[in-house]
Amino acid sequence: MEHDTSYREREFKVIGSRVNRPDGIDKVTGRAKYGADTSAPGQLVGKVLRSPHPHALITKIDTSAAEKLAGVKAVITSADLPDLTGKNRGMTDILENCMARGRALYHGHAVAAVAAIDEATAKQALKLIKVTYKKLPHVTDVDEAMKPDAPVIQDFVMQDGKPSNISKITSFGHGDVEAGFAEADVIVEKSYKTEQTHQGYIEPHACLANMSSDGSGELWVTTQGHFGFRVVCSTLLGLDMAKLKVTASEIGGGFGGKTHVWTEPLALALSRKANRPVKLVMSRDEVFKATGPTCSTSTDIKIGAKKDGTITAATAVLRYQNGAFPATWGLVGAMTAYACYDLKNVKTTGHDVLVNRPKVAAYRAPSAPMAAFAVESTMDLVAEKIRMSPLNFRIKNAAKEGSQSSYGPVYGPIGIGPTLEAVKKHPHMRAKLKKNQGRGMACGFWFNFGGQTCVDLNIGVDGTVSLTIGTIDVGGSRASLALMAAEELGISYEDVRTHVGDTASLGHNDMTEGSRGTFSSGMAAIFAARDAIVVLRERAAKMWDIPVDEIEWIDGEARALGVEHSNLPPLSLKEIAAKSPNTGGPIAGHNEVVADNAGVSFASHICDVEVDPETGGTKIIRYTVIQDAGKAIHPDYVEGQFQGGAAQGIGWALNEEYIYGEDGCLQNAGFLDYRIPVCSDLPFIDTQILEIPNPNHPYGVRGVGETSIVPPLAAIGNAVSQAVGVRMTHTPMSPPRILKAIEDAAAAS
Amino acid sequence: MTGVLVSTTVNGDPVQFACPTNESLLDALRNRVGLTGVKEGCGTGDCGACSITLDGRLACSCLVLGVEAEGRTIGTVEGLVEDGKLHTLQEKFIEHAALQCGICTPGFLVAAKVLLENNPNPTEDQIRYGLAGNLCRCTGYDKIVKAVQAAGKEMRKKKR
Amino acid sequence: MRYETPTTTKEAATLLYKEKGKAYVLAGGTDLLVRMKMDMIEPDLVVDIKRIPATKAITKSAVGFKIGATVCGAVMGEHSALVKAWPGVVEATNLIGSDQIQGRCTMVGNLCNASPAADSVPAMIAAGAKAVIVGKDKRRTVAVEKIVTGPGKTSLAKGELIEAITLPARPPRSGDAYLRFTPRTEMDIAVVSAAVSLTLLRGVVKSVRVVLGAVAPTAVLVPKAAKAIIGTKLDDAALENLAAACSEACNPIDDKRGTIEYRTKVVGVLAKRAAKIAYQRAGGVL
Repeated sequence: MEHDTSYREREFKVIGSRVNRPDGIDKVTGRAKYGADTSAPGQLVGKVLRSPHPHALITKIDTSAAEKLAGVKAVITSADLPDLTGKNRGMTDILENCMARGRALYHGHAVAAVAAIDEATAKQALKLIKVTYKKLPHVTDVDEAMKPDAPVIQDFVMQDGKPSNISKITSFGHGDVEAGFAEADVIVEKSYKTEQTHQGYIEPHACLANMSSDGSGELWVTTQGHFGFRVVCSTLLGLDMAKLKVTASEIGGGFGGKTHVWTEPLALALSRKANRPVKLVMSRDEVFKATGPTCSTSTDIKIGAKKDGTITAATAVLRYQNGAFPATWGLVGAMTAYACYDLKNVKTTGHDVLVNRPKVAAYRAPSAPMAAFAVESTMDLVAEKIRMSPLNFRIKNAAKEGSQSSYGPVYGPIGIGPTLEAVKKHPHMRAKLKKNQGRGMACGFWFNFGGQTCVDLNIGVDGTVSLTIGTIDVGGSRASLALMAAEELGISYEDVRTHVGDTASLGHNDMTEGSRGTFSSGMAAIFAARDAIVVLRERAAKMWDIPVDEIEWIDGEARALGVEHSNLPPLSLKEIAAKSPNTGGPIAGHNEVVADNAGVSFASHICDVEVDPETGGTKIIRYTVIQDAGKAIHPDYVEGQFQGGAAQGIGWALNEEYIYGEDGCLQNAGFLDYRIPVCSDLPFIDTQILEIPNPNHPYGVRGVGETSIVPPLAAIGNAVSQAVGVRMTHTPMSPPRILKAIEDAAAAS
Repeated sequence: MTGVLVSTTVNGDPVQFACPTNESLLDALRNRVGLTGVKEGCGTGDCGACSITLDGRLACSCLVLGVEAEGRTIGTVEGLVEDGKLHTLQEKFIEHAALQCGICTPGFLVAAKVLLENNPNPTEDQIRYGLAGNLCRCTGYDKIVKAVQAAGKEMRKKKR
Repeated sequence: MRYETPTTTKEAATLLYKEKGKAYVLAGGTDLLVRMKMDMIEPDLVVDIKRIPATKAITKSAVGFKIGATVCGAVMGEHSALVKAWPGVVEATNLIGSDQIQGRCTMVGNLCNASPAADSVPAMIAAGAKAVIVGKDKRRTVAVEKIVTGPGKTSLAKGELIEAITLPARPPRSGDAYLRFTPRTEMDIAVVSAAVSLTLLRGVVKSVRVVLGAVAPTAVLVPKAAKAIIGTKLDDAALENLAAACSEACNPIDDKRGTIEYRTKVVGVLAKRAAKIAYQRAGGVL
């Protein structure tokens, strides 16, 4: 059935209320089950052997001693994982990333795996596997990897007919930037570098694989998309999709890092070989070394403006490393760089580069934070040169409805202008600053995605509703989706219960990523509810014996229209459900949709910092997030997304980075030296939700989860600049870097 | 497995389990006793997701050997419910949306309970420093601190 | 792995002495279990000393304090007399890790783990602390600065363990302080640190010890820094000389926590700040 996706303004009855989430009690009592929290009888412990070298040929793997060890039930190498992908490049890269095929491409790359009766035996077995490596020269820095004499990571990647580490160069933009720069009164050119960061979810990857000898199997896994995992795992292992049932556990954080398989195909392969369940849990060390961090980058920005504040031209050249396998993160960075602004002449060029590092995965608004750091820092420099406030300079150039975005599409109604006006009015801007304190602001943008979605809505005979969805719940969406179904049906939130179904229960659902969970499953839930309402009206028609088009559904009940039916009291959903066995059986609604037009989401952040000029130590004093949510279905969870994204951005700005040695090995694969913010590092994070409805969602919902990580890097860079007068161009802006900048500035003056 | 039999008290109940001498209490609680509320986030004492009380003191169970639990009393998140009712902290965490993915929540609840027992009226700073051993990646800690403040306020009124 | 729980220090020492394989002492376990988890060590024997009464108490006498080897940081922080006499030693120990760590970690464990960045060590050395060492046949008492010989290495012989730390009697008008720099507010290993312990006479520094941490393979006692402020009331020039002496005395490395340049500069800053705090704790007025 076709459904109308357009937004209609209305008075909401339950949408916007701060209800308790259905999984709350399980999560506060320890009852909720995450990836590592289940076991199967006879299960084996899986463990992975990983390359100690950043780049090496694997000339021999001798697993014989490991196989003979008592208690070892299966040992696998790439020999056990033939390429069944039909030479599909994307899939073969996944296969090779899961387990090395003749060469180790990064420190930590999986080389072999075992399944044994307990952890001690599995660890002992790994020690007995003899791998012969021939070390190759390595490169881990994005700029070094682009040099002509750099070691080549993938020999099928070519530029100008020669093997290269540059896998893609893409440009976006419009107008004539040369002409634009010629018109400018001031031009600022600056280059920036951002180091690699990791999503840092507290729950390591974990799964329990259980294969049967008839080719069927079950996988319990912590994932952002069990349907996607089923597609990949069945492809890589040559299984029929319908025979592999993947159940998503509760997820202990993902942020994009759990949208890819890492060890799951290995667990399935081990289980198949041993014909026993295999539980494979990654250690924290492995998570940092061998999952999917984000890119490290190097960017050149050039912005020209007139004295009145109009930007006449803007360019960005971005260089993003994708790890050892080609991807398009640089392309995405080039798309987002100037998305906040209405520019006549703009050109962005993204380079995607290979290095001997793990395969990059999405990390919350992937590629946008790094580009925004560079652009938003430079915006302040331009504002300073033309003696305009950073805020007014942004207001002057902000994109609006009808603007052509720098990456192509024309914007509908958007929130960047409103968030900037809200910044102007916000009391944070008038708070007094003390010595060594400074205030900065920055803007951010994210596209948000729709995608394939499938939902079932089943009404029990007692009138309570089971909503089965296929998008896993990262932060409370089960509540938001129940609210939407309840709103559409006209019943109370307490009568709807949302449940995440396994892959056997629904059609395909794309991952919970791209801020699409509430948007897409919400849309499908609304449409499924509308389908159910059609059935409810038909049942009422039967119960009353009147034509169905004389029946309306209002506020959770069927009402007979017309004076001639004024004797018929309304039939509630509960009453109709109670009679359903006699009127046609179970009442349900169902929806499959490729949700589209998730609506772009803009934000402006304000940040106050205090810098100790003698040590470079930096503290966040005050932080405010102002973001457009379209429609906040559950304000607590929208605020939570704003605050969580900001906290990750703060960590990225101040302390988080992957530290590689000269030897190409990762030095800080743990939470001790990969420093994410702790509770005492942050103040309360104030939030302001703006609602500029998305015209392409029935309730106006936009994706909200990602944008909040985009502004903090530059907001903090700009604040530090105000606090101690130095412009930071390298994240993280750790104390040694800030102190060095202060001392260099003092020496220069 | 050559193991040792350990007799201990968990959440007020006598419990016996056998584990290898080099196994952590975290692994013993999860795999031998079946209490999966304690989580391994890092295994090296840097994240607090495995927090328990050991004879009333807050500890990371990943840094205690299973055999060290002999004769001691252990408290986990599963022990917060009393007489079938949620602890005030558990209620406030739900009410204030102090959890998103929830993986860090058991650790925070145990740590916050100890914090409020030792300091029933903490300042915001005392809460933040007292919970610095518990990492959260989802919330930015804002609603967690507010939930602890709200719980403290109510507990001072009810004395529980 | 064998796990033993002796009830006397001598018994523990004998177990350690007799072990042919790799033997380790277990107190709080906040370093030992980390090293086991990271597969850095595979003990054959672990000797848990937490059931030895001689290691469990803090006792105060005319000759000073004695702090048993299994006394955890939290208990030290709760001992008001100890905090009053040695706020620097206590705050240094209390900086190790989180509240979870504080209920387990010990000064002696921190010392014997012998990390160049150990928090309790500079403060102990500045205080003039001594280690009571018990071997299977005899005991000896040694200044704490003689215990750590290099990263991860101590001067203890096979079969020896530390039973307690002693702190000397405190003359009036004395104060100590410990400061460290970490990028986050908590949970980090010190990038650079400084401890100062001093005694005043009529507002003037009479005796002082200045010790630096995380700027050399072991903690560094800096007599030249001490000399810079003896006989002064910590005027600006004296403090500058103190800072310069500290920067000169350190021998740091570049690593994932800091650079040579950074550590050399900031050690002087921290030494000045620690000196001022110690001075004020001793009753001095700045």
